[in-house]
Amino acid sequence: MHKTNTTSLAQAVGVCIRREFLLLVRRPSDLLNPLLFFALVSLLFPLGISPTEAILQPVASGVVWVAALLATLLSLDSLFRQDLLDGSLEQLLLTPHPLSVLVMAKVGVHWLMTAIPLILMAPVLGAMLYLPTQAQGVLMLALLLGTPVLILVGAIGAALTVSLRKTGVLLTLMVLPLYIPVLIFGTSAVHAAAQDLPADGQLAFLGAILSLTLVLAPLGISAALKVSVRQ
Amino acid sequence: MKDTLLRWFHKWGSPKWFYDLSGRWMPWLAGLSLICLLVGSIWALAFAPMDYQQGNSFRIIYLHVPAAILAQSAYMLLAILGVITLVWRMKMTEILATACAPIGASMTFLALVTGSLWGVPTWGTWWIWDARLTSMLVLLFLYLGIMALQDAIRDPSSAARASAILAIVGVINIPIIKYSVEWWYTLHQPATFKLTEKPAMPMEMWLPLLMMLIGFYAFFAWSLLLRARHQVLIREQKTRWVTQLLDAKPATKSDPSESAKS
Amino acid sequence: MYFASFADFLSMQGHGIYVWASYALGLVLILANLLVPIWRTRRLRQRLQRRLQSTAAPAKELNS
Repeated sequence: MHKTNTTSLAQAVGVCIRREFLLLVRRPSDLLNPLLFFALVSLLFPLGISPTEAILQPVASGVVWVAALLATLLSLDSLFRQDLLDGSLEQLLLTPHPLSVLVMAKVGVHWLMTAIPLILMAPVLGAMLYLPTQAQGVLMLALLLGTPVLILVGAIGAALTVSLRKTGVLLTLMVLPLYIPVLIFGTSAVHAAAQDLPADGQLAFLGAILSLTLVLAPLGISAALKVSVRQ
Repeated sequence: MKDTLLRWFHKWGSPKWFYDLSGRWMPWLAGLSLICLLVGSIWALAFAPMDYQQGNSFRIIYLHVPAAILAQSAYMLLAILGVITLVWRMKMTEILATACAPIGASMTFLALVTGSLWGVPTWGTWWIWDARLTSMLVLLFLYLGIMALQDAIRDPSSAARASAILAIVGVINIPIIKYSVEWWYTLHQPATFKLTEKPAMPMEMWLPLLMMLIGFYAFFAWSLLLRARHQVLIREQKTRWVTQLLDAKPATKSDPSESAKS
Repeated sequence: MYFASFADFLSMQGHGIYVWASYALGLVLILANLLVPIWRTRRLRQRLQRRLQSTAAPAKELNS
């Protein structure tokens, strides 16, 4: 991206996407660890509460959602860290192209690579928690609508904490309260589907939250990156 | 018009001007808040009539409601100051926003605890997942997240700007959170007893509440100025005006003669 | 006064403990929010003043 004067925005976005894709493929642990975490957390609930269907089934949607939420959050810690260390984040800030667009490309690739496997894995965990079959589709659809919100909002937090040596619980503390609406509508959509009720309303709310986040979060992420890198 | 606006901006960017002005305001705010809080709470505790439904536990409302209102408006103020900080990079709004968060957090905590203490005689349990209590709890965590971020970033200016972004994200989220929590609450348990339901309050119940509200706001402003002045002194400790200020008015009782000579 | 006696005022027909606990916490939080910054500022001013005097002191000693 050094000869930015001659690159168009489309080219810059293409470069960003390719780079992010290659980086993620070359570090498969960044992709696998959140998935393992997702499975492991879901496993803890039958062990911690009870393995019986009567108890697990009502809480299944909540368990899968909470686990997905935490796994997404976990994958975000490394979102900008590597780029800051190797200096490419500053390059990104220096390009004449709108930062929010480039950041969206980056976050979009991150979503494709981390959230899609998670969405595909969710029905397996759901089945293990006795989630009824008719709810599985809604679970995947709700996750499909909800995970971009989780990643976009979490990316703001990741951008704010990128230059800090120790983030630890900080990112979680900052971002988790903002995840509550997604959690509420996501779980209740699955819950409704499990009881053979229509889940359209909840999914519509998730879609509304997603579109709001898609518009506003890129601005927030780029503003946060500017604050973090300047210091 | 533009000139006065510019001058106004310049003034708000100047910590010295703020320090002088707040020094003049503080005694008035202190007096107003102390009088209102004292008179208001005595009125509320001893003279206001009791609610026929809830009995004397109703007297907690005079503390709970102002604390809850203050907690929410402090967050709004935090976000407004955050916008100004990000757009115009004013030093004073950075300082005020940093000072705002802990007061707001403690008011949220007060609203939560008084709400649950109120719940014991009214609901028979100290905590239920009532929509309003739950959103208050979320608000507390939003405050704590902002304070944790402020604490983690070493440079005060960067810390203020980073937490400004978080506060703005939070303030956009608050209506969504509130709505979703209310929706969640009606879904899971039908409201049996609602705090939201405003009983027709007679005058002798309204007036002490109003008094407490004014007292709380004045206290908030007073505490905000105190914290902000502390921050101003830390940030400006190397400047000439702070040096002169400290030379002229000794805070130490040990050697008044020393400073009098100089 | 709404209550007949002082004991009545304290007990508030059994609700006293909740009411008084609420007001006690309110008092503590309000005082903390005022006193902590006051104390901190006082300490800060003392520290700054000491530093100021320690940098100014050699010059003064020479004069006297």
